[in-house]
Amino acid sequence: MFKKTVLASAVIGAMLATAAHAETLRWTRSADSLTMDPHSQNEGPTHSVNHQIFDTLVYQDMDVNYQPGLATDWYVHPDDPKVWVFEIREGVTFHEGQSLTAHDVVFSLNRARHEHADMRGLLTSIAEVRAADDYTVHVETHDPNPLLPNNLTNLFIMSREWAEEHGVEEPQNYAAGEETYAVRNANGTGPFRVESREPDVRTVFVRNDDYWGIDHYPMEISRLVFTPIESAATRVAALLSGEVDLLQETPVQDIERLGNAPGLKNEQGAENRTIFLGMQMGAATLETVDTDDNPFADRRVREAINLAVDANTIQVAVMRGNAEPAGMIAPPFVNGYTEEMDVVLPADMGRAQQLMEEAGYGDGFRVTLQCPNDRYVNDEQICQAVVSMLARIGITVDLVAQTRSLHFAELARGEYDFYMLGWGVPTMDSEYVFNYLYHTKEDDRGTWNFTGYSDERVDELTVAMGQETDEETRNAMIAEAWQIVHDEIVYIPIHHQMLTWSMRDDIDFKVQSENTPHFKYLKFNN
Amino acid sequence: MFVVALIAFSLFHYVGDPVLNMLGQEATEADRAELRARLGLDQPVVVQFYRFIVNAAQFEFGISYRSARPVTDLIMERLPATLELAIISAIFAVVMGIGLGIFTALRRRSWLSKFIMTTSLIGVSLPTFLIGVLLIYLFAVELGWLPAFGRGQTVHIGDWWTTGLLTTSGLRSLILPAITLGLFQLTLIMRLVRAEMLEVLSTDYIKFARARGLSKRVVNLRHALKNTLIPVITIIGLQLGTIIAFAIITETVFQWPGVGALFITAVRFVDIPVMAAYLMMIGLVFVVINLVVDLLYYAVDPRLRVQGGAK
Repeated sequence: MFKKTVLASAVIGAMLATAAHAETLRWTRSADSLTMDPHSQNEGPTHSVNHQIFDTLVYQDMDVNYQPGLATDWYVHPDDPKVWVFEIREGVTFHEGQSLTAHDVVFSLNRARHEHADMRGLLTSIAEVRAADDYTVHVETHDPNPLLPNNLTNLFIMSREWAEEHGVEEPQNYAAGEETYAVRNANGTGPFRVESREPDVRTVFVRNDDYWGIDHYPMEISRLVFTPIESAATRVAALLSGEVDLLQETPVQDIERLGNAPGLKNEQGAENRTIFLGMQMGAATLETVDTDDNPFADRRVREAINLAVDANTIQVAVMRGNAEPAGMIAPPFVNGYTEEMDVVLPADMGRAQQLMEEAGYGDGFRVTLQCPNDRYVNDEQICQAVVSMLARIGITVDLVAQTRSLHFAELARGEYDFYMLGWGVPTMDSEYVFNYLYHTKEDDRGTWNFTGYSDERVDELTVAMGQETDEETRNAMIAEAWQIVHDEIVYIPIHHQMLTWSMRDDIDFKVQSENTPHFKYLKFNN
Repeated sequence: MFVVALIAFSLFHYVGDPVLNMLGQEATEADRAELRARLGLDQPVVVQFYRFIVNAAQFEFGISYRSARPVTDLIMERLPATLELAIISAIFAVVMGIGLGIFTALRRRSWLSKFIMTTSLIGVSLPTFLIGVLLIYLFAVELGWLPAFGRGQTVHIGDWWTTGLLTTSGLRSLILPAITLGLFQLTLIMRLVRAEMLEVLSTDYIKFARARGLSKRVVNLRHALKNTLIPVITIIGLQLGTIIAFAIITETVFQWPGVGALFITAVRFVDIPVMAAYLMMIGLVFVVINLVVDLLYYAVDPRLRVQGGAK
């Protein structure tokens, strides 16, 4: 099957010797994109598909570096620190022929800020978007926002004319009960056009030969076929039998097998996601704890837990080596990451036991640990390991592992005393972590801080690092904030997840930490 | 059907919060509350249920939370795949089941019968997903004969029916899932036919028929088989409903684009409109099948007709 394809494509390749490569790539992962409407869902698989069809002003390449997309340059306005200037690429056309201008960009940013758009969560700092001329866009924020471009990497640009023609100026409203044209049709400026799409079955893309970047990128794929396969075993079987060429999200238990299979190889890299445990330390008493007070409020107890939970053992025994033990909740490519902070202390049961005694919990206590069982790699197994590790310092842990929709619903209601969570940093800057995980829980900040942790200085620094434009001052703030939360042991970091993609061994393609492949970069070694 | 709706609806409150899946992690509590209000999820359960029933009575199931498309469209799009798979595997199970059942009953002592009976234990005891995965590894990965997933090329018939029965890749894709789905039913029917057949073969009228010098073929197939069929039809009828309902697992393993796979994805996402519509549909299928089975009794068993006529 696989040989035939190679042979067939070689023959076609020879026939079209003067044209660009004619190669088909069949790609699979577990979930399909939810919608072609680029602004209605802020979700990974949806963005992955849309990145092939649309462009963003700025995007993250395969090494997660920021690269110019439809904006050729961007900078803070010299006279006004609250205004970002984006210079728009000239001579770009949409798949259906419309020319791109600043007005399409203004339209798209405003569409994404609409109350029905899930993408608006990333754009709350924006006050106004306006076109200064046909190829310059000014984005004014409420306060100076040094991170604005980082928030635009999944913000796709649509054609205003097309949207008006099809009545899709606003994103889908679920309550209206109607399907809009944009849910199943797309008109972007991206490297591929959609040839056909059956949701959850198959989406076929063909190369956009008029792409503005056709000479900048390899663009070797002429036809891209995306088939989501939900069952992990079937996904692996499809690659082994040669029915697909590239598998995103290889299951941990199959990595070795696929690496050894003839004609296949694995590509690995750090994923932008850190797994950790959180504890409710703010409440006076806890429902699932059998003491009259809250043991997590005592820093010594948190330190004891940190010493007892052995991330190195979890890496070897649970993750089969496919994880990087973590000391902080930010992977290496995030601004503010330091190796010193990410160091994992070796497990020390003696010291942990001693701390428990000092804190007055020498006989231990009982608590319930809440985990998802279908969200992170081996999530339930990690929690089981934690249960046995904590038993050694006298903490009896009752484990509740359940499906993600229940886990996150209960977590969001603040019902948990002790829980597992994973966190990615899409803006590649520590501010995102502090804003959601460490800031005191309020309406629009600290929304994922379920620990009850509240520190005035950290709150102050969090707000300030979102507005400070001087890089040096800003990085000093970030370092100070990390030091405070690190000393306080607010969370128990476990590891940074690793990503594995498996593919035919003649494919030259790297893993992208955001788990977003840009197929315009893919090359064939033949 | 009302009871099905009530049970289905009360279950939804235990599957989680759809709003969390619908909004990204940057959303604030205010955003979530606002979406909840727009979807009517903040209303009392009684009000939600009343709305649901009124809409369901008009075949109006709303819009999917996950894919933002009308649920009725989604189900109609996926239904042909499930029905084709279910019917083909039912035919496979019935034909092979009755055939093998007769064979093992008539040649009780041959080694082949014993072999069939032993291997049939696999069909009864192995869970469906395991059978599916084993078949994939054997026929797709190791031998490379058949595709591991999907439905192959499909052809449109009329406005909304799509079929995989008219293309080679469609037929090839159908083999493994149909066997996986039908295997349990096959063994069940086979064992039932065998047991019934053995019972009938030892009755007096069969002995008399043999004594009359009728050919073996006539005795076995006309006299014996006909009388074994009544319980078999009941089981087949009920099993057809189960085949459609259990297609969930087979469809997930083979990435078969049917309503079962749609349901599983909906459960993961807490896509309440899709889940509700699917459960109502399955309820309807069972009701219809039971009705058809009752009618078939009349056709097969003349005694029922006489009773009916006597009234």
